[in-house]
Parts: sequence; structure tokens; C-alpha cells
Amino acid sequence: MSRGILGRKVGMTQVYREDGTAVPVTVIEAGPCSVLAVREADRDGYEAVQLGFLDKPRRLASRAQRGQVAKIESKRSKSRAAAGVASVAKPDCEPKRFVREFRGAAGLEVGAEVKVDIFTGGGRVDVTGTSKGRGFSGVIKRHGFAGQRATHGVKKVHRHTGGTGCSASPSRTVAGLKMAGQYGNTKTTVRNLEVVRVDSENNLLLVRGAVPGPIGGYVCVRETNMLR
Amino acid sequence: MNTDIMDLVEKTSIKAEPPQFEVGDTVDVHNKILEGNKERIQVFSGVVIAKSGRGSREMFTVRRIVAGEGVERKFPVHSPRIAKIDVKRSSVVRRAKLYFLRERVGKAVRLKERRTS
Repeated sequence: MSRGILGRKVGMTQVYREDGTAVPVTVIEAGPCSVLAVREADRDGYEAVQLGFLDKPRRLASRAQRGQVAKIESKRSKSRAAAGVASVAKPDCEPKRFVREFRGAAGLEVGAEVKVDIFTGGGRVDVTGTSKGRGFSGVIKRHGFAGQRATHGVKKVHRHTGGTGCSASPSRTVAGLKMAGQYGNTKTTVRNLEVVRVDSENNLLLVRGAVPGPIGGYVCVRETNMLR
Repeated sequence: MNTDIMDLVEKTSIKAEPPQFEVGDTVDVHNKILEGNKERIQVFSGVVIAKSGRGSREMFTVRRIVAGEGVERKFPVHSPRIAKIDVKRSSVVRRAKLYFLRERVGKAVRLKERRTS
């Protein structure tokens, strides 16, 4: 597995390097994460590690979520064990709020803990989150169109797109044209962000630059897949 | 809770003894600059006309008159390149931003001195 961890965006600030340059950073509260499941090529058809971040109260978790994490000494599990059915490994932790899989084999066991120290020594990361929702937005905000003139006879279409098709040929609007619509609230990845600092004591990760989503939004931090 | 974490992060970039000065003070800002590979200290003196930001992002604006022309420079308070800030004189001011000084020339720029016992 390329190194990865789950976290929560805390906010942005700036820190100074020793040479006095100010670095804009996003603070991410990353981990500790529990390994909830390990996917294997033989059994599941692919290799991955499923991580969970932040405890979820058991009363809010579904029965399936509770069952995934807890060791259950039920009648059924006993009878299954007696019948020689291999039991699935349980992480023996609380249900988690934010659960994601990272592809690739990692050599991690179910129940292991992933901490932010995996990024010690710097390097670069990709951060995936859900971008801030902007609702139904016009073309200027959504696609960076220039709009139309403020004067010179423009009537009430200052922020509109221009024409959307040609004339007799092709006499229709081509598919996929940029228009107004829902903007934001999509899965967004920012790649190749520099790791500025790792604070394993407080489980904090500082990356240079901005990260998608609102403060408090969940993010996946992965070792970058950009070629160097 | 979020602000606690932010404070924790910013604390690492804040000077142990933050320089003490107010808006309206006349200060000497000792600014480290790198020339080739030699470090030199340049002093910029003038009146602090504004402070902005907080935590590690705090900045302040210093205004002075050079050869009849007003010059303003904005410095980060907690930057390691700011070696020292000397307060030369304090004045009585009644607002947080002294932007009105920009329109004034000559004698009108003077501020009344504040004396603390």
C-alpha cells in the first residue's frame, strides 16, 4: 500500500521556516486510524486496507458496523467455529465515523493502528476530500467565463454565457458544453502537496497549501502518485 | 476544539517574547537581510499605523517620510527575520488604524506624545 491515512481538516495558518520564509499550511488532524479489514487478492479480488477514523457511538452505528469491529461471543459464532468455519478477524475497536479503503498490500493486520508518523521525513502527499458545495452556480463562478459587457446595449444577460451552438450546421447544441449547474460538493483531490511538519504527539499533519472541503471535513491523505 | 489545535500549531511559530508595541508608537524595526551569504541588519524606523491579523500571522505597518515621500512597509511580527523592534516614542492615539496620516504632510503628521509613569 502506498502510505495513507484518514483525517480531518482543522484549518489554515502560516508557519515560519528557519530561514524566515513564511509557509502557508493546512493543519490536518490525521489518525490514529484502526485497520478494520484487509482485502486480499485471493478472497476479494484486489488488495487493499480498510481504515477507520474517529469513534462513532455504538448507539449511532448500524448493527453491521458494530458487528464488523467487535468480537462477538454469540451462539452462532460458536456453532460456526465448531463446524470449522474460519472466523473473520475483528479489529476489536469502536465503530468508526469515517471509513475508507486504500488500495495495495500493506502488510498490516486487522486491528493494527496507523498513525501520522508514517509521513515522518517529509515527502509529498495527495489529499482527497469533498469540496465545499456552492449549489447551482452560473458559468462565471463555475467555469470562469468572462460574462458579457456591462454596457453597450447588453440587456440583463451580463453574467450569462454567450451562444451555445452554431447555425444551420450542426443546428443543435453539442453535448458536454459548459453551462450553469451544481458546483462543488464533489470528491476532489489536490495532488503533490509538500509535508511541512508531522506532529505525532498531537496527531497533526501540516501540508503546504490548500486542501478541499470545509473546516472539519474528512480527508484522505495518501502518498503522492505524481511521478518525480 | 479546532481553535485549540490551531493555537497549538501557531504557538510553534510565535516568538517566545512577542515584541511589545502599540499603534502610534515610533519604532526602529531591525530587519535581517541576506546579502550574498552575509547577513546584515537593516533598520526601518517610523510610526506604526496599523496592526493586523493575529497569532502567527500578525503583521504591522510602519510609515515614515523619506525625502518628502511617504513610505510604508508591512512586517510580520513573528518572523525570525525581524531581529528586534525598539520603541522610541509612544503617542496618544484614539483609533486602531492611523490611515488618516497618509493625507497629512509636514507638521500635521505629528502625534501627541504619551508619557507613562
